[in-house]
This record gives sequence, structure tokens and C-alpha cells, in this order.
Amino acid sequence: MYEILNNIFGNQAVAWIIAAALPLFVFILPFALFAVWLERKVSAHMQDRLGPMRVGWHGVLQTIADILKLIQKEDIIPAEADKKLFNLAPILVFAGSYAAFAAIPFSSKYIGSNAEVGIFYIIAVSSFVVAGILMGGWASNNKYALLGAMRSAAQIVSYEIPSAIVILTMVMLTGTLSLDKFSQIQTAYFWNWFILGGPGDGLTKFLLIPFMIIGFTILYISTLAEVNRTPFDIPEAESELVAGYHTEYSGMKFAMFFLAEYGNMFAVSAVITLLFFGGYQSPFGYLGNSFNIPWLVPIEQVFWFTFKGIIFVFVQMWLRWTLPRLRVDQLMHVCWKFLIPYSFVNLIIVGIITLFR
Amino acid sequence: MEKAKNIYTDEKLLKSLLADKDVTIEEDALEHEMVINMGPQHPATHGVLRLVLRLDGETVVKVVPELGYLHRGYEKMAENMSYYEYIPHTDRLDYTATMCNNVAYVLAVEKLAGIEAPKRAQYIRMIIAELSRIAAHMVAIGTYAMDVGAVTMVMWTFKEREKIQNVFDRIAGARFTTSYTRIGGVASDMDDEAIAMTKKFLDELEPALVDMDKLLLGNRIFIDRLEGVGVLKKEDAINYGVTGPNLRATGVEYDVRRAKPYLFYNEIDFKIPTYTEGDALSRYFIRGDEVKESAKILRQCLEKMPGGEVMANDPKRVLPHKDEIYTKMEELIYDFMIVNFGINPPVGDVYFSAENPKGELGFYIVSNGSGQPWKLKIHSPSFCNLQVLPLICKGQMVSDVIAIIGSLDPVMGEADK
Repeated sequence: MYEILNNIFGNQAVAWIIAAALPLFVFILPFALFAVWLERKVSAHMQDRLGPMRVGWHGVLQTIADILKLIQKEDIIPAEADKKLFNLAPILVFAGSYAAFAAIPFSSKYIGSNAEVGIFYIIAVSSFVVAGILMGGWASNNKYALLGAMRSAAQIVSYEIPSAIVILTMVMLTGTLSLDKFSQIQTAYFWNWFILGGPGDGLTKFLLIPFMIIGFTILYISTLAEVNRTPFDIPEAESELVAGYHTEYSGMKFAMFFLAEYGNMFAVSAVITLLFFGGYQSPFGYLGNSFNIPWLVPIEQVFWFTFKGIIFVFVQMWLRWTLPRLRVDQLMHVCWKFLIPYSFVNLIIVGIITLFR
Repeated sequence: MEKAKNIYTDEKLLKSLLADKDVTIEEDALEHEMVINMGPQHPATHGVLRLVLRLDGETVVKVVPELGYLHRGYEKMAENMSYYEYIPHTDRLDYTATMCNNVAYVLAVEKLAGIEAPKRAQYIRMIIAELSRIAAHMVAIGTYAMDVGAVTMVMWTFKEREKIQNVFDRIAGARFTTSYTRIGGVASDMDDEAIAMTKKFLDELEPALVDMDKLLLGNRIFIDRLEGVGVLKKEDAINYGVTGPNLRATGVEYDVRRAKPYLFYNEIDFKIPTYTEGDALSRYFIRGDEVKESAKILRQCLEKMPGGEVMANDPKRVLPHKDEIYTKMEELIYDFMIVNFGINPPVGDVYFSAENPKGELGFYIVSNGSGQPWKLKIHSPSFCNLQVLPLICKGQMVSDVIAIIGSLDPVMGEADK
């Protein structure tokens, strides 16, 4: 992406800025606006309500109105708060979720950075979020915020282990860390997706299917915990900790936590899509290829990638409005006693199968 | 702890908070402890309940509930108003089950004055009391599930509650603050449409309850969160004076409707659901079972309800009909006397208790023969039930405290009076 822009503008600084700002304005902000609206609509229809209806068609502009309100709000910093950390925390959290988008390939033509270690980079950079949350909770000088931050740190750090093990399994299977290559491997039709054993045929493909499903389930559960969604939303458990780590935040700083949450939701869904569901590949060929219109292919790819991602985001919302929340000890119990051992066993079995591929 | 001393200047509260040192997880407990203030403004304390928690990590070492943030002095206010005037104030006690309070108060006054309402009125009172019980349990179940994190449940239960309130709207002309009962009867008759609405509601209730069970009880997380949490022992429950569903969840089969029958509950066939575990989960189950029993009672009441008057014909103590007031001299005088000077029950005292959704709601009224009660004491179940909170929260986690409050289902309007 950067190279293309550099060729167009002939200026490195401009190319950098545009390459960095593009995912934000083209994707994250519109997606967050859409996801907030979708969440309200999903919850409303699950609860026999209508949800936002007044602003725009079926309330589509509601989130924009909310953001406008949040921008105008007074920026309150508690007197006892640690000001520097308090101001830094939302930026760090947002940066963590935003930076993850740099390595996500939306199509074969649009990748922020086609790094060879894409998936490794995403794991690393999304850990920023923990630091930000901990910082916000500590700097707020509020007991509820501190409790929420502590819970969050414990939770995210624990759940990174099973998700990292599952990602390791996939890396072992494919032999690459590049997310673009992940997508390229799972090309053509949906039976080449890793959830259905990956490309190729023969016995190993069918042997892999159950372990891929287990791997996907573990990854999905642990990413739910990493983005603090129900049933793992204990860091911001509304009925227990008021609002958890962002209790003291208001106005745009709160909105940054909010945007980061929705950005993160898509980021983890994107990782799942890339690893198991063919990345940006269409499940059944491209219109562009069949009608011989080459420029249509990347657009279709963006569509499929976003579509798959939004499906997983929708499932996250569905779960949120259905499931109760776990208790802290039960949360750790699920992670350390179920997810980590299972993902280890999965790693070993997939490793053995890979040997015979 | 030093900092806590500065913040919590209330000596009595702090003393009781620090008194208990027998639950410690770490060797050197004070190194790890934190005092946290939950409420009166907190999303899960059901109104304005304030809890001061002493935490060791996430484990609760001690809880001190502080009540009184919604104290409006209803017992004292009763001494300055006539028996009729006090009826609307009973709505504001347990505001989730207004009709039950109306019925309980009016029955207490009738017992004091020796008035008996017509049979139809009594049946209508049973119907509205049971409808109100379902409505209150719907709030209890919904908010309880919401406290545990299942937010959708509250909307589903409120949908059912809405239908009950529509029935109340039809019967009493008000959805929420009904003030429907009168001394010697009820304000207006229950017409055919109200009966049809009730029947329709009952038919729709059963599938809705099945749906709710599917949503929550088919869910491992919900069961795991509540099983074995906040166990209340039978002896403790009796000693602390716990009543209602919370008592029956511990295994004591005590229901005022059966133990000291009032209205026509002795003619109705219904079971008293009991559980023996006494934990938060059994307190959830028991409310669901009671809703089903109430539906059964309602069906029988609708079937057995006789025709006739809904106000007793007792001119000096019961308000006459409006059309009689406007056409007859005698009735006009009686109406004037009752409204202005009250019903003057005989000197004496009376205690009457009724089974409310939250437990045994009792009214102790002392009369000195004048139009206003000399003393009116309310035995409010929520207040008694809340007393066990420090006992059963000890050693649990912060999340459990929320679940336990939800399972005890206090209504602060009643606890603080």
C-alpha cells in the first residue's frame, strides 16, 4: 500500500500519513458507527423492542448523533486522577486496536503492511490494549475502575495463551506467518478453507476437520475474552463494577474506548476469518474472473472479507444478548483447565497430522 | 485501612466493618484488603441500598448494609391521615406489587373495624393480588437475570408484566399506582373485558415461561454462577425472620395464604413450592414455580367468582355509591362524614399479615377510636430479608454479592418505608 502511494505522490511523508490514516477513515470509523448501530438493533430485536428509530432510516444515523454529542461533552478529569496516564490510556487502547488493522489484508491488493510476520505482529500489538486498560483503571483513582482493570489484565493475559497456541497450530500447518499467504493458500472454493481441512485432498484433509473445528472454537472463545465481550465482559461488568475501567471517563475519551472495543471486535473476527474461513477469498469463485473484469476481483474480495468479519461480529453480539456473565474464578477455570490443555492437545495432534501431509 | 478510616467517618459503620476478622484468605489479611462502597447509586443494588464491603482481593470479608435512603416516614404519616387516605400510600411500599399492598392494608383495617366485604369483592382482591404477585416476580426474575448478566431476560419478563398492567389499567384505571381497594370492597367492578384480558394473559404466560426457562436454565453459565452461592440455612432463615420465597427456598413450608388463610385462599387448590438448598439458584426456581401456582389460583378464581356487589352495604363505615350520594340525603351525609372524619373503628389493636411477593407483609394498627390510627406499624418483608445479607455474603466474591442481592429481591421502598 505504502509503495503504491509513494509512487503516486512521490513524497514519503505524505504517503506514510495517507497509508496510516486510510484504514481509520475508510474502514474503522465507518465500521464502528455501523457496528454500534447493529448492536443496538440486534439487542432490540432480541428483546422485542425496536431500538433507535428516529434519526435517519431505522435510526442509522443514531451513532453519528451520539458521536457528535460525545465530542461536545465536557472532558472531565477527576481531581485525584493521575492526569498524564489518564489522558494517555484511551489513546493507547485505541492505538492498540487501530494498529492491528495495519497487517490485516482486506484484499489481495489492499494491505496496510504486507509484513511477513503479520499474525505475530497482530498478537503483539493487540497487547497494547491491556496496558491501556490497566493504565486507565489505575489512573482513574477509582476502586471500581481499578478492580475492572485488574480483572481485565488477568483475563486478557490468560486468554492470550490459548489463542496464541491455536494460532501457532495454524502457523505450523501452513508454514507461514504472513496473513496474505494464509488467504492465498485457501483460494478457490470454500472446501479449501482451513475449517474444512484446508486445500488438497486425501485422508489428512478429512482427519484435520474435527481438530480445525476444535481450534476454531477455542480461538473464538478466547478472542471473545480478549475483546471483553459477554460472557467474558467482567472487566466492565455493568451490574457489578458500574462501568469497570472506564467508569471515570467521559466525552471523547470514553468514545475512544468505545471505538476501540468495536474496532477490536472486527480485528479478532478478521483474524478468525483469515485463519479458518479463507480470508478475503470468495467461497465460490469471482464474478470478475468469470466475466473477465480484473479490477472487480479486489472489490469482491473486500466485500467477502468484510461480510465474513461482520458475521462473526454479529455472533459476538448475539452471544452478548443471550448469555449471562461468568464469575472471575470461573473465567480463569475455563481458560486454564479447559482451553489451554485442549489447545495443547490440538497442537500436538495437528502437528502429527501435518507430518504425514 | 487507614485511608478507609478517613473516608468512612461513620464510626458505627466502620466499627462493624472491622469487627469481623474470622474470614481471611491471606496470612496477613490487612495487607490486601480494600473497603469499597457499593451504592446507594449503583446499577445493581435495586434502588438505593448501600453496602459497604470489605474486600480481600475479590473475596468479601464483611458486608455492612446501610438502609434508610428511601425513608419517607410512612408509619408516622399514617397517624395524621384517615384510614381511607392512607390507601394510596400503600402503593409506594412495594412498588412492584401495588395491588398486594392495597389488599393487605385494607384487610387489616377491615379486621380492625369488623367489616366484611362482599364475596365478589373478595374474589376480585384475590385475582388482583395474584396478578400483582406474578408482576412482582416478573420484575424479580428479570432484574435478577440482568444482575447476573443476561440482559435480554428483563425485557422478556417486562413484556409479560406489561400485560398485567394493562389489566390493572382496565380494572383500576391506573397501571402502576393502582390504589384500587377500598375499605369494604374494591373501587370498581371487574368487567367482562378485564376478565377476558386476564384469561388471554394466562394463556400467553405459559409459553412465555417456557421460553424464559429455555433462555436461562438451558445455560450452563447461569447455573454455575448461582448454584451453591449465598446459601441460607433453615435455622438462620427462621432466626432472622426471613419470609416469603426466600424462606421457602430454605425448606420451610410457610406461606401466610396457607398458614393463616385470608380472603378465600382456603377454598382454592394450590401448592406451596419449596426447595431445600437455600442457595441463590433455588431462590430463582421458587419464583418461577410461584408464578405457575399463581396462574393456577387465577384460573380457579376466575371460574369461581360469584356475581353481586363489590362494596359492602355498611353506610357509616363504607363509602356509598356515587349515584346514591348525588340523589339521596342520607348517603351524602355519610360520604361527608367518612371523607372528613374517617370511619372511627373501635378502640383496640389488630395485626394482620398477608403473603406478598416479597414475604409476609404485616400491618399492626392501634386504634383509639378516632378516625386516624393511633399507631400503624408495617412489618416489611424486604427489611427482614435484607438482614441476612451480611451472613450469606461472607466469603463470597463481589460478583456473588450482586447475585445474592438479586436473589433476595429487596424493594427499597418497602424496606425503608
